[in-house]
Amino acid sequence: MERKEKKIAIHVSHLKKSFKQLEVLKDISLDVKEGEVVVVIGPSGSGKSTLLRCLNQLEEASGGEIVIDGTDITDKKTDINKVREKVGMVFQHFNLFNNMNVLRNLMLAPVDLKIMDRETARKEALKMLERVGLSDKAEAYPHQLSGGQKQRVAIARALCMRPDIMLFDEPTSALDPEMVGEVLEVMKHLAHVGMTMVVVTHEMGFAREVGDRVLFMDGGLILEEGTPEEIFGNPQNPRTKDFLNKVL
Amino acid sequence: MTRIINTYGQLLVTAMGQTLLLALYGLFFACIIGMIVGIMSVVSSKVCRFIAAVFVNLIRGVPMIVLAYFIFFGVPYFWNTILGIGGLTLTALQAGSICLALNCGAYMAEIIRAGIESVDVGQMEAARSLGLPWWRSMYRVVMPQAIRTMIPSIINQFIITLKDTSILSVIGFPELVNTAKNVVAATFMSFQTWAIVGLMYLIVILLLQRAAKVLEGRLKYGA
Ligand SMILES: Nc1ncnc2c1ncn2[C@@H]1O[C@H](COP(=O)(O)OP(=O)(O)O)[C@@H](O)[C@H]1O
Ligand SMILES: [Mg+2]
Repeated sequence: MERKEKKIAIHVSHLKKSFKQLEVLKDISLDVKEGEVVVVIGPSGSGKSTLLRCLNQLEEASGGEIVIDGTDITDKKTDINKVREKVGMVFQHFNLFNNMNVLRNLMLAPVDLKIMDRETARKEALKMLERVGLSDKAEAYPHQLSGGQKQRVAIARALCMRPDIMLFDEPTSALDPEMVGEVLEVMKHLAHVGMTMVVVTHEMGFAREVGDRVLFMDGGLILEEGTPEEIFGNPQNPRTKDFLNKVL
Repeated sequence: MTRIINTYGQLLVTAMGQTLLLALYGLFFACIIGMIVGIMSVVSSKVCRFIAAVFVNLIRGVPMIVLAYFIFFGVPYFWNTILGIGGLTLTALQAGSICLALNCGAYMAEIIRAGIESVDVGQMEAARSLGLPWWRSMYRVVMPQAIRTMIPSIINQFIITLKDTSILSVIGFPELVNTAKNVVAATFMSFQTWAIVGLMYLIVILLLQRAAKVLEGRLKYGA
């Protein structure tokens, strides 16, 4: 690989995804550079989640190519589990492992995949919990946490794998309004320390503040992309204007 | 009543032991069969799911008494006489255990399938997104949660299987019902004998239910 190409963390070209007859992603091409924060906005059902889930192959692409850190993940020969170790995902509904306390949620993957021994994983987990401000919740079970706390644990869990890329699928949409801030704070911090991030969100303030680039999706296509200033200040596509008028 | 207990009590308790032994063998293999077939019915492979569905529907569609005769008499006959290979004899305990294992296994498979499906798919997705393979995700995340919801149904199935051992009196296994028949034949005290036998089943099953409640309580997370 050329030095120049190494700078591209995610390369998507002509990605297509259908569920049976329903064509959800029509022709998506996208490059995300290392350390870049890309925010994806768009109406419900436009394919934002599907795009994100294709990036770690929770959904198998129907066509096109996805290259993550130089590895073509649409290639059948690729060990997708190895790629996923380096691509963290945060879900709208947290998806903490209900049968484990917080500490074990964080330690499961590093220990089970033999990436760290138990002691190292424990230390790493406690460090990450501290980073998201939940050191006192190590022994708590998911059902004992608030939504905001759950989501911060979920972020910490992903970080324990020391990922190169983080994917966020509406991480604050299921939260009570007063808890949105604490999760966004953690994400902002991540962005500032140089994490490569793709974030699907309706938090336009977050998009403006930390997004390097904003994509507007509708009907399975990226209709417009640009800096936050361009998209929010001077949207070109009428669909984008229409959408922003509704949400802002 | 006291005459039955004094003279045949020992015999009936031994027979209850045989019943429990049979049930235990049956349940042990039923758990293995149930686990395998249950998991086969949730994997992505269509072939696996088809085989699992055929097995479950086949077993559910055949009365256990027919299955018992088929395994005890039919299978050795097929092997020894029709195929002419010879040498296969099944004891009543072996045939009975196989019969219970298949029968209970099919129902266990359904319980396990439903249990797995009751766990939010997000749990599996989160585990997979961290790089855990499907099996590890199943084993560490989905199964522990599924089993918790399955416990009441599994205990219920255990109880049904324990009672179903009585059907195996037809192949001559000296379990409780078979033994009781002999006691009645010798004493003509059918009222007393069957009352005692009924009571014995009842006590064992109540104890089992009690144990299940304790187990259920223990399995609560972070309680
Ligand atoms: N597993 C699936 N099976 C069938 N249709 C799906 C599935 N997942 C998503 N879809 C459909 O794909 C479209 C896009 O969904 P999604 O990517 O979740 O949109 P968004 O996240 O932008 O709201 C929707 O019409 C949705 O119903
Ligand atoms: Mg979505």
